[in-house]
Amino acid sequence: MSSQLVKQYYRGNKLPHIWCPGCGHGILMRAVTQAIHNLGLDKDKVCVVSGIGCSSRAPGYMDFNTLHTTHGRALAFATGVKMARPELEVIVVTGDGDAAAIGGNHLIHAARRNINITTIVFNNNIYGMTGGQYSPTTPTGDLGTTAPYGNIDKSFDIAALAAAAGATYTARGTAYHVQQLIKLVENAIQNKGFSLVEAISICPTYYGRKNKKGSVVDMMHWLKDHAVDVKAAQKLPPEKLEGKFLIGEFKNVTEPEYTEEYQKIIDRFQKER
Amino acid sequence: MKKSNVKLMQGNEACVEGAIAAGMRFYAGYPITPSTEIAEVSAQKLPRIGGKFIQMEDEIAGIAAAIGASLAGLKSMTATSGPGFSLKQENIGYAALAEIPIVIVDVQRGGPSTGLPTAPSQGDIMQAKWGTHGDHPVIALSPSSVKETFDLTIRCFNLAEKYRTPVFLMLDEVVGHMREKIEIPDASEIEVIDRLKPAPGDKNYLPYKVEEGQIVPPMAAYGDGFRFHVTGLMHDESGFPSNSSEVAHHLMTRLMKKVEDHLDDIITYEENNIEDAEIVLLSYGGTARSAKSAMKKAREKGLKVGLFRPITIWPFPEKRVKEIAKNVKAIIVAEMNYGQLVLEVERVVKGATEVYHVGKINGEVITPDEILSKVEEVK
Repeated sequence: MSSQLVKQYYRGNKLPHIWCPGCGHGILMRAVTQAIHNLGLDKDKVCVVSGIGCSSRAPGYMDFNTLHTTHGRALAFATGVKMARPELEVIVVTGDGDAAAIGGNHLIHAARRNINITTIVFNNNIYGMTGGQYSPTTPTGDLGTTAPYGNIDKSFDIAALAAAAGATYTARGTAYHVQQLIKLVENAIQNKGFSLVEAISICPTYYGRKNKKGSVVDMMHWLKDHAVDVKAAQKLPPEKLEGKFLIGEFKNVTEPEYTEEYQKIIDRFQKER
Repeated sequence: MKKSNVKLMQGNEACVEGAIAAGMRFYAGYPITPSTEIAEVSAQKLPRIGGKFIQMEDEIAGIAAAIGASLAGLKSMTATSGPGFSLKQENIGYAALAEIPIVIVDVQRGGPSTGLPTAPSQGDIMQAKWGTHGDHPVIALSPSSVKETFDLTIRCFNLAEKYRTPVFLMLDEVVGHMREKIEIPDASEIEVIDRLKPAPGDKNYLPYKVEEGQIVPPMAAYGDGFRFHVTGLMHDESGFPSNSSEVAHHLMTRLMKKVEDHLDDIITYEENNIEDAEIVLLSYGGTARSAKSAMKKAREKGLKVGLFRPITIWPFPEKRVKEIAKNVKAIIVAEMNYGQLVLEVERVVKGATEVYHVGKINGEVITPDEILSKVEEVK
């Protein structure tokens, strides 16, 4: 099935991808593509936009309208694309540094507008492309090349940030829980408004090695053992959730969508003519 | 000309009128003095003609959204002033390398930093040329009147579309906020250039391949069925990244040459009394109005003074200034900064004549008398 997916949706001559052996990003990219396939979207009407970093190389491999922008700015470029052509399904692929550090302002404002863009954050808890510096999602106490004595920053909960800023759909999945992730991305694309799926990746090369997280398989097992479904978590006592993180759908509400609201203003003047 | 087309308006308003006449259908920006009216008038007018306006969260997002909309097929503009112009620089480089037509208006105010937000300046002239990192082609125009702001905004769009590059309209607070009579020409009298597009369904389309007889590659829009890739990395004709030094050299040379090889099309200037001039005033934008007045006063005193006003600032009208330099005793450059375009004049004339500077950095305009006294000093 996956080779069929590659044939249908990937730019074969651009493969193999640049990601390190064991990187979770390939799994995440496939999940996004599978979701697009499952929804039966027209390839010509999908636009995938990214910023800078490991995650942001994904659109180069994906056979859609693709835009690899500047660091942190994917959502701002995507907003222009979506405003100009609301009929396009605009999907932003970004990373934890790209979305939550340098691009944090664009993230909260795209969420606030509830513009119909689906954002998939490939969160690997580190700056991979530049060689392992701590990011806004590096857990406190962990090591990075720029946190040689342990990270003293608190880490961002990107999904909660987006929800608080006004996103109408938020969820979290992982590179281990692939079937669930595909479904979450499908739901995110179907939501008419700003959607964000935080997809937890693994970075064995930098984050894993620096923090002695073991092999790629060990890191995948860590995802399996520490992720708790949000519905199951509701029935668990707090001590059972210690050191765990939640996955699943966090928010799914309906609110006025930005490009539709703007179209209403245009229509008002069309009627006057 | 119909009487109803005669209006009294600001330079900033005329800029929006010109942009819409040129086909602007998308504006994204962020409020900043003294350019804000450009956003306000765009917000008011665009939805009425089916266009789109969006106020973004910051200056960086303003230009980013404009680039995105241009890629989706709409002629796009963003406007700003000093601090905002600084913030936009990275994405200006993106538009230059990825060859995305957009118009960027900078209504120059006193700087650096927050500086003098409501006072005029021409302190961003070198930033327009060198602001973003790396070598890149630059086209920048500077109007001296409200009517010229209208005309040059159209020209900015036409040049952006023709050469697939970001184009700057370098206004200053004087012209941006000045009110003058302007006759808006009928749409049929306005030349509008649209970007070259690939033939629908062209299976061999390569987004960065220049065919014989083309200045730039045809530009498809997202959603038109071409599924192309755009990146700020060095890229080959297919649009995909490449680390090859050969590819980088080819692309960079092509980008520089597309402007360099068409100077006669891009460069415009105005000349007054150059023929018999012994001293030439070189001035642009709002300051050129003082220079023109100084020239008239000097002529009344019997001094042979002429005026050369570059309308295209970048690329600089090098050939013509070189010619003029051979025949005059001095060139006096008047500009509201500590000495910016004067450096280009000195570079170009290479000692063929004396070059003097009349500058001001206190937020006040340069008066005709200040220029005139320099003329009397050097005559």
